[in-house]
Formats: sequence, C-alpha cells, structure tokens
Amino acid sequence: MATLHFELVTPEKLVRSEEVHMVVVPGTEGEFGVLAGHAPFMSTVRDGDLAIYRSETGEPERIRIEGGFAEVNEKGLTVLAEKAEG
Amino acid sequence: MASLKALKVRINSVKSTQKITKAMKMVAAAKLRRAQEAAVSGRPYAERLEAVMASLASKVTISASSPKLLAGTGSDQVHLIIVATSERGLAGAFNSNIVRAARKKAEELERAGKTVKFYIAGKKGRGVLRRFHSKQIIHDQEMGHIKNVAFADAQIVAEDVIARYEAGEFDVAHLFYAKFVSALVQEPVGQQIVPVAIPAAAADASGVSAAVEYEPDEESILADLLPRNVAIQIFRALLENAASEQGSRMNAMDNATRNAGDMINRLSIQYNRTRQAAITTELVEIISGAEAL
Repeated sequence: MATLHFELVTPEKLVRSEEVHMVVVPGTEGEFGVLAGHAPFMSTVRDGDLAIYRSETGEPERIRIEGGFAEVNEKGLTVLAEKAEG
Repeated sequence: MASLKALKVRINSVKSTQKITKAMKMVAAAKLRRAQEAAVSGRPYAERLEAVMASLASKVTISASSPKLLAGTGSDQVHLIIVATSERGLAGAFNSNIVRAARKKAEELERAGKTVKFYIAGKKGRGVLRRFHSKQIIHDQEMGHIKNVAFADAQIVAEDVIARYEAGEFDVAHLFYAKFVSALVQEPVGQQIVPVAIPAAAADASGVSAAVEYEPDEESILADLLPRNVAIQIFRALLENAASEQGSRMNAMDNATRNAGDMINRLSIQYNRTRQAAITTELVEIISGAEAL
C-alpha cells in the first residue's frame, strides 16, 4: 500500500512532515480527501479541521487550520496554512 | 597625575561596566540562537509559497482587470519606504545601517522627482527619521509589546500597508531591514514588496504543472495569495531583523567587553606606578629627614 507524503507548513514552522494513508482537507469548495497517487491539484482552504488518517482503519488525527491553500503534486500533499493548532 | 583614590574608583567603574556588557553579550548569544531557529523554520513556507506563486503567475496574463497588487497602479510616482528597525539600542551600527540604507534610497528617489513616504516599524528608526523626514512619515507602527515575532504581527502591518495601497496612498512599496548573513555579518537590504515582484518562473521547467487542476481557479487563488505573500515577506523581514539585531548586539558587546578589559589593564598599570611613586617619595622624605638629624 503506497503512502502519501504529507506536509503541513505554517509561516512559523514545519508542523508535520510524514507518510500517511489519507488526508481530508477542508477546501473552499468542499472537503476533499487525498490518497497516494492523487492527480496534481491546487485549492484554497477555508478555516476548518484537517483530518489525517494514518492507516485505513482507526481514528483520524484532527488539526485545526486557518487560511491558506493545499497543493498536490507528484511528491505528495503540501498544506500551507496561516495557523495550525493541534 | 590622577590621585590614587580617583584611579581606584575609575577601575571599579570600568569593571562593573564590563560585567554588564559581558552579561548582555551572553543574553544576546542565547537570544540569537532562538531567533536564528525561528528564521530557519520560517523558510519552508516562504519557499513553497514562492514556487506556487511563480507557477501561478506564469499562467495568468496581466491585464487591467488583474489584481492591483500584481499589476501595479499604472504609475510609480509615490514610493513608500517601510523601515523595520529594532526596539532596543546598544546593538552596534545595526539600526543606523538600516536607516542609512533607507535614507539613501529615499534621496535617490527624490532626485528622480518621486514623492517618498515613510512607514516606520520599530522604535529605533523613529528618532532619525522624525528629525529629517517628519512630514513624510505616514504611519508609526508600535512594535514594543512584541517579544517573539509572530506571523500575526506581520499580518497587522501587511493589512495596513495593503489597505493604504488600495486607497491609493502610494504606488510602490520598499521594505528595508537587515538580512542575517551570519552572527558576524548583517547586511541592510531594501526590497520591493508592492506590487508583488513575481519570481522568475523556473518552477515550470518541470513541465508537470500543465495538468494541475485549480479550485476555484487560477485568478482567485492568485488573488488570495498576493496579500498573503506581502505578509510573508514582512514576516520574513521581521524574523531576519530579530536575528540580525541579536547578532549585531553580541558583536558590539563582545567588543565593548574587550575594550573594557584593555582599559582596566591600562588603568591598573597607571595605578600601580602611581602607588610606587608615592612610596618612593615617602621613603626619600624619611631618609632625607633621618640624614638631617
């Protein structure tokens, strides 16, 4: 099972950089889940919870983020948020 | 020649000054480490944002309808100079270097017939700029309450600057701060932040970006990113400034401590010579007194 490389960055620091199963991002036009091998994609993000699924089963870890955008490229998912708590 | 007593007082006073400068150096060194870490950990965000901006900007054509932050106001008559300095002095030439660079730029622009306005962030730039350019200062941002620079602080400045830009108060904004090169070298730099200078679109070289999907669309994402980019630039400048300030202070205090050491040595030698001279005179007096009997 391929894993998704996920990074969460705020202006102050690199909050997360890890291999995960799936991340659900609160996009401005609706939430979207990103799995490994997702097509290149870019979206702005609204204030909300980012859900990180480390494995297929199990509870997600939730991080509250405010403002920013998400970028998916061949390397993985990068979320640039202005604020992140959790 | 100074009296023994006066010399002793002097030596003690220099010694206590040395203690203070030594302590300040130590504090600056500790703070420098923290400030440097903050500056380094802020880098990934700025780098990624820059890459995204570059790839977006290459896709959007600049027209009259594009956001003003990107396209400019169509003139470059009024320039705003944002001067970021520290809140405290005793940091060597740190603040005066920044102010000097900013004033040089201002003079250049004025010679070219432009109008220059100043925006002050930080207490130490205030004095000099008030004296020479008091009529040109449009805002004086209070930064005294900030201990560790947070992104929110930069955002307040950025929002204010952008609001003034939208209101047509100026056409081009430059930001002056000291770039942190190393603990020994801090370089005052000026950089244009409004309109946003788009980094050369090297990000496209990979060619993969062609297939990227955008949500909502390129223009709206770009419009959202532009103000954020200004805030990031200011944040970065504040972080660099904080690190530079500590580096500069550490140096200045190191020099001061060394100078105090030299001075103590010199004064001690003078003190001892004076003491010996006094003893010799006394002996001569006693001996010649005894001979006279």
